[in-house]
Amino acid sequence: MSTARPVTTRTNSGPPGGPSARGRRGENRTLAGWLFVTPTLVILGLFLAIPVVMALWVSFTDWNGRGSPFSSGVGFVGLDNYQRLITEEGLTRADFMTSLRNNFYFVLAVVPAQTALALLLATILNQQLLKARGFFRTAFYFPSVTSSVAISLVFLFLFSGTGVINSLLAYVGIDGPTWFADGRGTLHLLGDRLGLWDAQNPPAALTGSEIFGLSPWEWLAGPSVALMVIIFLVVWTTTGTFMLMFLAALQDVPEAVEEAAIIDGANRWKVFRHVVLPHLRPTLLLVITLGLIGTWQVFDQVFIMTQGGPAKTSLTPAYLSYFYAFENQQWGVAAAIAFVLFFIIFALTSLQRYLFRDKDAIADKRAQRRQNKARKAALTRGAAQ
Amino acid sequence: MTRFLTCHPRPDGRRARRTALAALATTSAMLLAACGGDSFDGGGGGGGNEAEEPTSGDGSLQVLIASSGDAETQAVEEAAAAWAEETGNKAEVVVASDITQQLTQGFAGGNPPDVFYVDAGAFADYAVNDNLYPYASEVEGFDDFYPNLVETFTLEDTTYCVPKDFSTLALQINTTAWERAGLTDDDIPTTWEELASVAQQLSRGDQAGLVLGLGRDRVGAFMVQNGGFWVDTQTGEITADSPENVEALEYVQGLLQDRAAVLPPDVDAGWGGEAFGTGNAAMTIEGNWIRGAMEADYPDIDYTVAELPEGPEGKGTLLFTQCWGIAAESENQEAAISLVEHLTTPEQQIAFAEAFGVMPSRQAAEEDYVAKFPDDAPFIAGGEYGQGPVNQPGLGPALADLDSQLEQLKTADVQQILQSFQTNAEAALKQ
Repeated sequence: MSTARPVTTRTNSGPPGGPSARGRRGENRTLAGWLFVTPTLVILGLFLAIPVVMALWVSFTDWNGRGSPFSSGVGFVGLDNYQRLITEEGLTRADFMTSLRNNFYFVLAVVPAQTALALLLATILNQQLLKARGFFRTAFYFPSVTSSVAISLVFLFLFSGTGVINSLLAYVGIDGPTWFADGRGTLHLLGDRLGLWDAQNPPAALTGSEIFGLSPWEWLAGPSVALMVIIFLVVWTTTGTFMLMFLAALQDVPEAVEEAAIIDGANRWKVFRHVVLPHLRPTLLLVITLGLIGTWQVFDQVFIMTQGGPAKTSLTPAYLSYFYAFENQQWGVAAAIAFVLFFIIFALTSLQRYLFRDKDAIADKRAQRRQNKARKAALTRGAAQ
Repeated sequence: MTRFLTCHPRPDGRRARRTALAALATTSAMLLAACGGDSFDGGGGGGGNEAEEPTSGDGSLQVLIASSGDAETQAVEEAAAAWAEETGNKAEVVVASDITQQLTQGFAGGNPPDVFYVDAGAFADYAVNDNLYPYASEVEGFDDFYPNLVETFTLEDTTYCVPKDFSTLALQINTTAWERAGLTDDDIPTTWEELASVAQQLSRGDQAGLVLGLGRDRVGAFMVQNGGFWVDTQTGEITADSPENVEALEYVQGLLQDRAAVLPPDVDAGWGGEAFGTGNAAMTIEGNWIRGAMEADYPDIDYTVAELPEGPEGKGTLLFTQCWGIAAESENQEAAISLVEHLTTPEQQIAFAEAFGVMPSRQAAEEDYVAKFPDDAPFIAGGEYGQGPVNQPGLGPALADLDSQLEQLKTADVQQILQSFQTNAEAALKQ
């Protein structure tokens, strides 16, 4: 497929022949282009750039929510708000670190689960032989288009102590927990079950020291039982959207290639692993990126179902930021939380992009660049002679 | 939850990107400059503790309330309309869907409603930020409000607003369970020992003796009965780790450990009233708001209300209240004060009590109220000896942390809970 284009077909490669009508038309075009994007720039500036700049400013002040944050009465406090979150010992740091811990486990559970499930559902829906595909597609997508508030309320009923889920569990002889009131960490419980430790009397080695205001025992808690419900809910509601993305990508895989692979003796798993999956790489990158961003920002479900409880095990940075801003008028801390969260998301998506980079494409690009350079060098040499 | 990213094709070359950024930055800077003008931070220096002359605008008021339902909305609307007709002003009553957030937006934007409900818990933060106009002392009949309630809305010797109404905690007893256990009116507990013993007697397999709501707003009552509290509301000092408090919390912990008492989540309830209504508990400690809930959700449950038992240091209960706040930014403070006066007359308070079951905040209305609602005598009696909520500014996170620790009261180390709140609250006050 990759036949190198012969140099002679390039019509536009000669040295520029001075100013021309073509150049002026280009300028006009640039101007027109700018005119066309101006509305978008203004809207983006008004609703994106300015609020971001304002929030950044607020994170360096002690603004109390009265009047403009740029007015003279607002004090600039430098990095104080960030220090309270990260270096200063105290409740604010403990709260923030607890929220990061919770959210970390949340992301760790939700992103792989929703990606794998979405891919699975999309693969199933992509089978030509499946009947009533339209129905299943709608059914799987349905949770994603339903309001998260409505679904959260339904889950509150489903997972109440005497709710449907516990009744079902009782049917098979399991005494279900009081889900939303249960702040026990699942890793603690798992370790207890496996005999690694006694969850009631945690080993002294893990409780003695503190890392950023929390003991290693607290860091290792895992998602609490209550948080597991939110994890389950979010996986269920987001899978549909991601399934749709995978489905679109799957329908793009040329059938001929798959057939060729089968003729070459690949079985279905191998076709999937070596033909379909590489084809899905950009979609996979998109899905995981969106998943990472969305899960680090989880707010609505926490706000409606648990308000951070029980025992702060469903506290997330986004909710903590809301709590500090709207309920305690400490806008500086709230804005600082938002920016730390931004940096976490930014760092993680960058890392993930790096891990997902297309090594072949990069190698190709490098080779191309080397070739260009060589050609240019040859041209200069030619001109000099 | 999922936010879609629109993927823009990458602009060609570095320079284009830089120009775009520069353009964006310039636009933003221009718009920012426009925002920084007078209109945006107008009145930034107003308010303050000194009693300033009230402003007098055109007299049309916006009243923001957090309504408990149609009955409350209608009652307030009618009262405001009557005032408007009498004085020739205008008053528009708006029901908030989320009053904290709406007020916050109003304060930040410089156009808050003129008159609004202020919860005792949020009061201090609003007051230190100069969002409230301290008008209370100018209200006619100011001395007639319950002193305990007035103190709740006083910060550094300035009373900012007058209490709208109040609620107190009392003991609710399920009559059927009470009689089944062979108890009579003489057995109604008046001391801690008696409370523990009747709770024990009432406990059966599927019914706990007492259900105690979560958090500081219930266990705090026992501290008051033992002569302690989270803070000293007079001096503003944090007094959580006092021996009286430890003793009180240990008493409650004992009730929980002996299974004489349970917390709502233990019986799968959201709050004490729910556990009481479903019959999962024979007694609960709730405020007068439980009346409406029982009427609406559990009309068949027969119950009596008694004052909370006395502790070693005498009677004690907790007060919950809201006040009529007037915005420091309001242009119609004069009219607003007149409206608040109208809304807090003894007659009007009795009318509110009849409409949606709140207790009048003025002593002059007490007699009338007790005559009309004899069953509520135990609630209103608390007005004399009740303790208002913690009202120091900046304690929100520390209090939230305290509540979250109190969820584990049954097994937790009482000393440690109190000590950690002491440390956190002291640190917060210093900030």
